[in-house]
Amino acid sequence: MKKNWPLWEVFVRSKNGLEHRHFGSLHAADAEMALENARDVYTRRNEGVSIWVVESKDITASNPENNGEFFEPAQDKVYRHPTFYDLPDEVKHM
Amino acid sequence: MKENLYKYILGIADNSLILGQRLGELCGHGPSLEIDIACTNISLDLFGQSRSYYQYAAKLKGNETTEDDVALLRTEREYVNLLLVEQPNRNFAHTMARQFLFDVYHILLLQELEKSHDLTLAAIAKKSIKEVSYHLRFSSDWVKRLGNGTDVSHDKMQNAIDALWTYTDELFHQTDADKAMIAEGVGVDITKFKDSYEQKVAEILTEATLKVPENKWFQKGGKQGIHTEHLGYLLSDLQYMQRTYPNMEW
Amino acid sequence: MSNEQIKEMEIERSLEAQFEERILRDEKIEAKDWMPEKYRKTHIRQISQHAHSEIIGMLPEGNWITRAPSLRRKVALLAKIQDEAGHGLYLYSACETLGVSREELYEQLHSGKAKYSSIFNYPTVSWADMGAVGWLVDGAAIINQVPLCSTSYGPYARAMIRVCKEESFHQRQGYEIMVKLAKGTPEQKEMAQDALNRWWWPSLMMLGPTDAESVHTEQSMKWKLKRKSNDELRQQFIDQTVPQAELIGLTIPDKDLKWNEERGSYDFGEIDWDEFWQVVKGHGPCNKERMDARVNAWEEGEWVRDAAMAYAEKNKNINKAV
Repeated sequence: MKKNWPLWEVFVRSKNGLEHRHFGSLHAADAEMALENARDVYTRRNEGVSIWVVESKDITASNPENNGEFFEPAQDKVYRHPTFYDLPDEVKHM
Repeated sequence: MKENLYKYILGIADNSLILGQRLGELCGHGPSLEIDIACTNISLDLFGQSRSYYQYAAKLKGNETTEDDVALLRTEREYVNLLLVEQPNRNFAHTMARQFLFDVYHILLLQELEKSHDLTLAAIAKKSIKEVSYHLRFSSDWVKRLGNGTDVSHDKMQNAIDALWTYTDELFHQTDADKAMIAEGVGVDITKFKDSYEQKVAEILTEATLKVPENKWFQKGGKQGIHTEHLGYLLSDLQYMQRTYPNMEW
Repeated sequence: MSNEQIKEMEIERSLEAQFEERILRDEKIEAKDWMPEKYRKTHIRQISQHAHSEIIGMLPEGNWITRAPSLRRKVALLAKIQDEAGHGLYLYSACETLGVSREELYEQLHSGKAKYSSIFNYPTVSWADMGAVGWLVDGAAIINQVPLCSTSYGPYARAMIRVCKEESFHQRQGYEIMVKLAKGTPEQKEMAQDALNRWWWPSLMMLGPTDAESVHTEQSMKWKLKRKSNDELRQQFIDQTVPQAELIGLTIPDKDLKWNEERGSYDFGEIDWDEFWQVVKGHGPCNKERMDARVNAWEEGEWVRDAAMAYAEKNKNINKAV
């Protein structure tokens, strides 16, 4: 069967100090081309200082069907947040 | 006016303009959306460079001459671009071969021009080097991909290199204006890097499993304004509005 | 019906109810979330039509890249058309998250199965058309697109945010061309007026058939694929565009156009819907040219794409061997 250019996901760091963020996807035959295409497609307006590309099929994603067991157990762990703790009013910065 | 400097600038500017125009023709018709966008980027870089040069040339000319007067209102015999850059987009292999053969030359030229005693030219060169380094990366990659891709693409790429080879010697010809500018430390002595050019081209072609053509008969004339028949048609598009509606602002 | 089938249907129905509730709560739907088949299909249709329109839309303007009257205009036009390629790409990518490949979408376009915006089947016959297209066609497109930035399907909404951000210069680019022409020589002004005359009505049609004739609206509203009706969008477009024309001394080619104090809007003349449907059906002046150009680009590009793929595979094997 004929092979089409696979899909790649593009992550761009907009400036140093910030994390790479998912910008979108594109097609390319290989990693080198994916990087060049990402540069031409997603940083035309000076949007980035660094690019990552990864072939979409190489990403392992959680399944939304498991969202209950994956994410909901974290909802009631309020003691992980500072607002859980009572402090005397006199304490201003903590 | 500094006649030689003016001519020298056109000799560089016209290449960017004409090649930019050729690439512009492809916008919307590329082999994939991604390639379409990439080629347009190169076209935009080249137009940008040509504008900087023409603005400088227009200033030299004075009398409220504009960049468009210089870029769009000369006769065919007054354009001094290389024959290579006016060759048509016969197919994607031709487009990439033309780009590659020009890019290798272009980067060598700009690296020298950056040291020019003329500060305007040096500044334009400095900015353009970054753009052209990317062009060269892009076109070399495609020469390699097509040369070393399928049998079909290999043949098409080899044919394109063979067809365009005859225009590569002209890159190193010097006009009187070139010589005068070299003497003043403004212009670049391109003959000095002919060997580097041939070496770099041969290196990439070999990597791409392509043969360096043995043809030793070369075309020339672009720098004297004697062009291939293709340029006239390109100019009739390029100049259409300015010629049809003279002396108007757009 | 067996008990199991009934049970399955009930599950399906409850999933669907939950799904609709999520949208009602303004939650975004993401690619891997459960969604009703109809939601998926409708989105593939709308997003791909949108993508096709961007790509076909490059052609009428591309027609003037080589002939732009100045270098400044040339680079602006080229950058604008390149953006359209980018927007097509973002939208195809959004569509691909729904499990359809770009190649399949192209196939639908090339076989005539998929539609694209009819406006691009009109010819661009003068430089002023670059002005009119940017001003009117992009103007109408923006009105359509801005509400889509908050549509329910996450990948589509994100693509639209990027599109809208980038498009902000497109309409200005077009209007500036018109301003310059309108202020120019009588010949230039005539060129501008002629372009407005030809593009006005197709631009109004571009916002879609009247509400009475529109088939998908209700469902689309629910899924936030549409936030306002076609007629509302059209009115908004007219109300914002008429003063822009007046400002530069151009005349909207509609003798029935009149400010309605009571409504706070312009009344306007009858739209020739027969023409609209004819163009949709393929009888526009350039339907065939547009399709031919796309099919040619795709077919002539095939050996290039194949070569790149072959090269990539070869290198992969070499790297493996090392």
